[in-house]
Amino acid sequence: MLALDLAFFDWEIISRFIAKGFAFSVELTLIAMSGGIVFGTLLALMRLSGRKWLDAAAAVYVNGMRSIPLVMVILWFFLLIPFLIGRSIGAELSAIITFVAFESAYYSEIMRAGIQSVSRGQMHAAQAVGMTYAQSMRLVVLPQAFRNMLPVLLTQTIILFQDTSLVYAIGAYDLLKGFEQAGRNYGRPIEAYLLAAVVYFAISFSLSQMVKRLQVKIAIVR
Amino acid sequence: MIEIKNISKWYGAFRVLTDCSTHVSKGEVVVVCGPSGSGKSTLIKCVNALEPFQKGEILVDGISVGDPKTDLPKLRARVGMVFQHFELFPHMSVTENLTLAQIRVLRRSKAEAEAKAAALLKRVGLEAHAAKFPGNLSGGQQQRVAIARALAMDPIAMLFDEPTSALDPEMINEVLDVMVQLAQEGMTMMVVTHEMGFARRVAHRVIFMDHGEIVEDAPKDDFFGKPRSERAQQFLSKILQH
Ligand SMILES: Nc1ncnc2c1ncn2[C@@H]1O[C@H](COP(=O)(O)OP(=O)(O)O)[C@@H](O)[C@H]1O
Ligand SMILES: [Mg+2]
Repeated sequence: MLALDLAFFDWEIISRFIAKGFAFSVELTLIAMSGGIVFGTLLALMRLSGRKWLDAAAAVYVNGMRSIPLVMVILWFFLLIPFLIGRSIGAELSAIITFVAFESAYYSEIMRAGIQSVSRGQMHAAQAVGMTYAQSMRLVVLPQAFRNMLPVLLTQTIILFQDTSLVYAIGAYDLLKGFEQAGRNYGRPIEAYLLAAVVYFAISFSLSQMVKRLQVKIAIVR
Repeated sequence: MIEIKNISKWYGAFRVLTDCSTHVSKGEVVVVCGPSGSGKSTLIKCVNALEPFQKGEILVDGISVGDPKTDLPKLRARVGMVFQHFELFPHMSVTENLTLAQIRVLRRSKAEAEAKAAALLKRVGLEAHAAKFPGNLSGGQQQRVAIARALAMDPIAMLFDEPTSALDPEMINEVLDVMVQLAQEGMTMMVVTHEMGFARRVAHRVIFMDHGEIVEDAPKDDFFGKPRSERAQQFLSKILQH
């Protein structure tokens, strides 16, 4: 019979092991989300540009990224960097760059669907008052695309938050690593991993409840 | 003002427009009618290059629309367009709908643009709705805002693509009244519509299209007196029945 002893978990452990890891997981999630949405939108615009080469280049990138397991991209980028630039950039920075590059592919598919959800007439109306293609996109189409896709973008971000735990593969110090270290130091690995699961669940679940409520709100506005 | 010379257009292998030629002089009101799918929207969208065409030439105020060197945004800023489904920007207030292009395209100051917007909203009878969002207005109100949005650019001509056909019957007149007033003030207008009452009141010429061709292009009185083509006669008898 497995005897669980959760009493070892106290404020000292949180401040010594968990806080630092939690901060990095949140940082990684937020940077990957903002970077991913910006680059993802650019990829989506390339795919919808109607220019063959831009479309093809973006399609190869997006489909390529979406066909490779994330953990492999994390590993390969981390191992390749020293060969490319002659020195290591550290697990954390390597993880950030990898996540932005990887998540861009997923966010781009969401933004592409978002742009296509805005009727062609909106682009026509914006151009008819003399705005350029770029102005029409930026001021008329993209704000609507973004609003339409907000729940999906946030859901993707929740998945992203869970996936940040994959940086254990290159030894970056994230939330999961914090729990692992705590468990090792106190000789309670099972309890530590159990608590880690509870924390990931609590955060993801409450965020997705918020997204659900947001979805209802948006449906009313529209 | 608008000269359309031998325009042909294809969607892939499908020929939408066949050798269309006509013109709209300064201050003239030309009504375009014809069965659904005959190419009316396509033709009117060619005028401000929202749709490209493969053959022929269109001149707007002497500027060639199809010329790759033409600054299309600049040209479009001078030609107002009103759409069947209004196409107001739903994420902006009525006032913002009217000021956006004034500020971004004409580089007017915010205060100047808002003053212009307020004056135009008053003119179409919607000054009380300036702060609302398009989704909170009726169809007729939205279409009047759309007309005001186009007028805010001080256009040299206005294009209308079935501006009343998406409206409930009781709202058609509030939009037509604005259009009649515009016509009487001497605005150059090309109007795709089946509102023959409007055509009788203010049109100078009526164009009838069928299968991508301009079948009839006649002064209003000739057109309503006795259309020469049988297809136009049939069309007229059909829409005048109800
Ligand atoms: N983007 C498009 N691709 C292919 N065919 C189109 C497209 N837009 C319009 N058409 C076709 O062109 C013809 C003319 O359309 P349209 O100009 O909208 O007619 P109307 O405004 O007179 O009803 C129709 O047969 C329509 O199906
Ligand atoms: Mg049409």
